[in-house]
Amino acid sequence: MSAQNINGQSQTCCSPGGTEAGNREVFAGARLDQSFVAGSLETPVGLIPRVTAALTREDRWATMKARWGVGRLDYRVDPGVYALNRPDGKSAVLVTANYKMTFDRLRNSLPGRDAWILVLDTDGVNVWCAAGKGTFGTGELIEKVRSCRLAELVSHRKLVLPQLGGPGVAGHLVKKLCGFRAGFGPIRAEDLPAYLDDGNKATAGMRKKSFTLRERAALVPMELVSSLRFGLLIGLVFFFTAGLGWPGDYMANLATHGLLAVTGLTAGLLAGAAATPLLLPRLPGRAFSAKGALAGVIAGLIHAAAWWPEGGGVPERLEIGGWLLMGPALAAFLAMNFTGASTFTSLSGVRKEMRLAVPLQIIGAASGLILWISARFAA
Amino acid sequence: MTGFVYLKDVVTLKLNQAVCNGCGNCLIVCPRGVFAENGPEVRIADRDACIECGACSLNCPESAIEVEAGVGCAAAVINAALGRTSSACCCSIEPDTGCC
Repeated sequence: MSAQNINGQSQTCCSPGGTEAGNREVFAGARLDQSFVAGSLETPVGLIPRVTAALTREDRWATMKARWGVGRLDYRVDPGVYALNRPDGKSAVLVTANYKMTFDRLRNSLPGRDAWILVLDTDGVNVWCAAGKGTFGTGELIEKVRSCRLAELVSHRKLVLPQLGGPGVAGHLVKKLCGFRAGFGPIRAEDLPAYLDDGNKATAGMRKKSFTLRERAALVPMELVSSLRFGLLIGLVFFFTAGLGWPGDYMANLATHGLLAVTGLTAGLLAGAAATPLLLPRLPGRAFSAKGALAGVIAGLIHAAAWWPEGGGVPERLEIGGWLLMGPALAAFLAMNFTGASTFTSLSGVRKEMRLAVPLQIIGAASGLILWISARFAA
Repeated sequence: MTGFVYLKDVVTLKLNQAVCNGCGNCLIVCPRGVFAENGPEVRIADRDACIECGACSLNCPESAIEVEAGVGCAAAVINAALGRTSSACCCSIEPDTGCC
């Protein structure tokens, strides 16, 4: 099989995986040999990679890895135009980002449908973030419409944009700039079939960003992984210094004081990075750090109850008290960092929250550390 | 679930009703239901729900909406304060859940 690409060169191989890296030039960037490409579609403008709605085990596994932070920053598809099933000149053009998880979510929502998928180059970042940064933007959209020769591919002049592309794309300017009218579709790809079937109309519900338990739970692995990046090192430092200064054998102290420190740190970490996101609407307060601090205090009390010495001495109580301050401070910090992953915080709000919360976190952590260190001098 | 509301009375959103032409673009792009129809024009119905994403302002053909757009992300604020401009956003890059 052979077809002409936009540079007039002959493209002789259209089987996936069968060509050298050089075929990046084939048609407006999108290679045919990407692992998820199911074939190719011959069009008036050249060969276009064809995909289906079905996700393979490989796609799902890669998505899972990305949620745990593995390969997340380089999980992308080639920008350009793709054929979902067998689109023709009347098929809808759906615009998306080149983060692979986003691309997969989109096609997986449209089983049995024919459409063109126009993938903008967002550096492998999802639509909303990329729109905020401006990479999912008016200029990039116009550029892709032109370079993919969309006007030759379809007879209509309509683009369906994800609503969350709004912070980056000025919809009303697109028509003037490239001849295509940009309409904002629903927020969730899952609502696209209903939107398309209803003559490109979104219900009010489709236009509001949710933050369900399920959506929050999906973010928890990444919160844990990023907090463990520094948590592991800090945990090791606490563990090995915990044995110092206490009476008795250093190794025996690690089993008690060392373990107490590691479990105290873990309690704060889990409270801030896992419990707060999951229980977000149940925790009182509006500021994320307040919610996190409360979760941290509860976790700290459980930790204290587990370690509370029977008829115990003052030094051990001081030590445990140290964690009752450090744990919540850590939980508050981690919860505050979850503002970025949430869907309902504003920059002005985050700045206001931080002005009060960061000094309190520092005071809490520092005074807890002083208690923890001074405990051994009381022993 | 649309019941989530962040801090009260902090957002920088401003709507100049005098120049609003009532096109309704802001009603379409706002993911938080901040705006509502108000006869021939639009009004701010739920100001505290605003997340300052800037979609309304960018999509307003009359430039009737003003907002200091940004991402409500503490890690990004910290990175910016530390001068790490290359990673101004931490970006968990989820498909259609939160930024950063």
